[in-house]
Amino acid sequence: MSAASLLSALISASPGASLGGSLGAPSAWRGAAAAAVVEADISIDWVTLSPVAIVLGAAVLSTLVEAVGARRSRDGVAVQPAFLRIVQVGIALLAVAAAGLMALRLALHVDEATSLNANGAVTIDPMTLYLQLAIAACALLGLLVIADRTVQGEDAFAPQAAAVPGSDYESQARRRGMTQTDVYPLVQFATGGMMLFPAAGDLITLFVALEVLSLPLYLLSGMARHRRLLSQEASLKYFLLGAFGSAFFLFGAAWVYGATGALRLTDIAAAAALPSGLDPLLVVGLVLILVGLFFKVGAVPFHSWTPDVYQGAPTPITGFMAACTKIAAFGALLRIIYAVGPGLSWDLKPVLWTVAILTMVVGTVVGLVQKDVKRLLAYSAIAHAGFILTGVAALSSDGLSGSLFYLFTYGVATVGGFGVIALVREVDSQGHMRGEATGLDQWRGLGRRSPVLAGTFALFLLSFAGIPLTSGFVAKFAVFQAAFGAGAAALAIVGLACSAAAAFFYARVIVAMFFEPAADDQTAEFETLADGIGSAGVGIRTLGLNQIAVAMSLAFTLVLGVAPGWFLNFTRGLSQLIS
Amino acid sequence: MSVTAYLLLASVIFVIGATTVLVRRNSIVVFMGIELMLNAANLAFLAFARMWGNVEGQLAAFFVMVVAAAEVVVGLAIIVSLFRTRRTVSVDDENLLRH
Repeated sequence: MSAASLLSALISASPGASLGGSLGAPSAWRGAAAAAVVEADISIDWVTLSPVAIVLGAAVLSTLVEAVGARRSRDGVAVQPAFLRIVQVGIALLAVAAAGLMALRLALHVDEATSLNANGAVTIDPMTLYLQLAIAACALLGLLVIADRTVQGEDAFAPQAAAVPGSDYESQARRRGMTQTDVYPLVQFATGGMMLFPAAGDLITLFVALEVLSLPLYLLSGMARHRRLLSQEASLKYFLLGAFGSAFFLFGAAWVYGATGALRLTDIAAAAALPSGLDPLLVVGLVLILVGLFFKVGAVPFHSWTPDVYQGAPTPITGFMAACTKIAAFGALLRIIYAVGPGLSWDLKPVLWTVAILTMVVGTVVGLVQKDVKRLLAYSAIAHAGFILTGVAALSSDGLSGSLFYLFTYGVATVGGFGVIALVREVDSQGHMRGEATGLDQWRGLGRRSPVLAGTFALFLLSFAGIPLTSGFVAKFAVFQAAFGAGAAALAIVGLACSAAAAFFYARVIVAMFFEPAADDQTAEFETLADGIGSAGVGIRTLGLNQIAVAMSLAFTLVLGVAPGWFLNFTRGLSQLIS
Repeated sequence: MSVTAYLLLASVIFVIGATTVLVRRNSIVVFMGIELMLNAANLAFLAFARMWGNVEGQLAAFFVMVVAAAEVVVGLAIIVSLFRTRRTVSVDDENLLRH
């Protein structure tokens, strides 16, 4: 069908028809809209909305604290009272923990499959609550890593992110021990957006949540204390490509609206179930929406930002973002596919299959040749997005529960993995701490210098690789089994092959840490330091928040690997409630 | 004029915006391309709202405008801080991050 005939079909099929229609319409709208507002704004249920509301409310509070707390000294450099950071960290941790507990409470007492809130703008169902709980848990772990600082009082963020790298202003700020406490409100806004994202019940909410989670992350990725040029570059790339992705999302939303006359997902699903002349429009719109979401999860061919941003962003932010964005964006993807998809699964299946296979293959193959630990985990994240998409593309109840299980276990292990990377630093000859030692060469012999750190990281890598007795194995097993069960055997076979190949690059890191000697003797390394090549990485001493987060992630990873039964049944129960 | 014309215009603007993002090298121009894409979506929303005779599309357009404004704030902040460091806004010069 040509575009012109499609559009004319569209116009004849529409009820309100042409733009030359009656002039009386606008005033009729106004009356109807006013009446709708009077009836409408009553039905907000704050209890089920509370996980999101708590985090966003606390974020506003943090912003106010930030505005009131910072002072300016006579020479123009801001000075901070010492308690500001503690207050901000406290608000952030409390808010996210409270939101998580609220989501848990609601999840345990959920008595109906789905309830619409705020006139359908928000959907509260078991999947929403589970994902909100998972996001809150990962954000809490991520916040511990973010809030940690070395014993010298340096955190992972630039003392003043607005200062030009290498300028006087920056060195003054550094000397005064400034910290960029704006990080905490930004993280809270991002977390709030992430928790709203999988809960969205209409396309506007979905779009607003997408931006609320993305905009703070663009800024946060540009705030690294060390290697600031890389960090700013990562920020720009993330921003331009992220905004490009959300423009696709939005244009898709417009076409879906055009095809169905509705923005609410339930109405779209109802309209999609009836055959009409507008189905091609609907499919085009949905595919564009999926493109926007694929950008966010880092699926091939929309993954090009992932390695750069993961490498350039401050490591604690990378961990937070990698875990929570993935959970939130896959949550939204599942919501769209299961709300609108059933009638259109024949149209969406080829898209999902192609993207899943490409994502697994590209993530694995390019990951094999990486020489930087953060970049390597970025490609691993891409491959994992492919594995999760396998569960999504299965389009079955098992696939849904497998994906939900996978998202949580992957998120927790990711925060832990990047937490370890944040602890392995270069140290110069005076014993001063420098940036993270992310080169794979610098990790050689880490098993001898910092055995506990290296051992922990090895366990996370084994979980990513899907070795039995770690949660990664159970998760992979769940999604591949679902794919086999749903007649997507080809996907599962590609997935198995890719995870076997990916095991090589995880093993390469483990071999480097434990079985290869450190680069050279100490003096030689410090000479190379000036050239920016860097010394061997060592584990550093910090306040201990990061170590707590890593230990908790490790505990989750091992417990869910050894005894996954209860948790698997939990996600299975959820998915049966939904589908 | 019928809805078709508006939709064609929206599609053309969207494609121009997307091409700008992919082809141009100045990050501010790239950013303008993104804004064009958002406005194309707005035009489509409005045309469809007129076609269906309901207000949801107009509502969506308002939200998009607000979000686009927020995006401008963040985007220009990032571009300006990068410019102050490097004295350039070309996306080709941002190439420290390679494998």
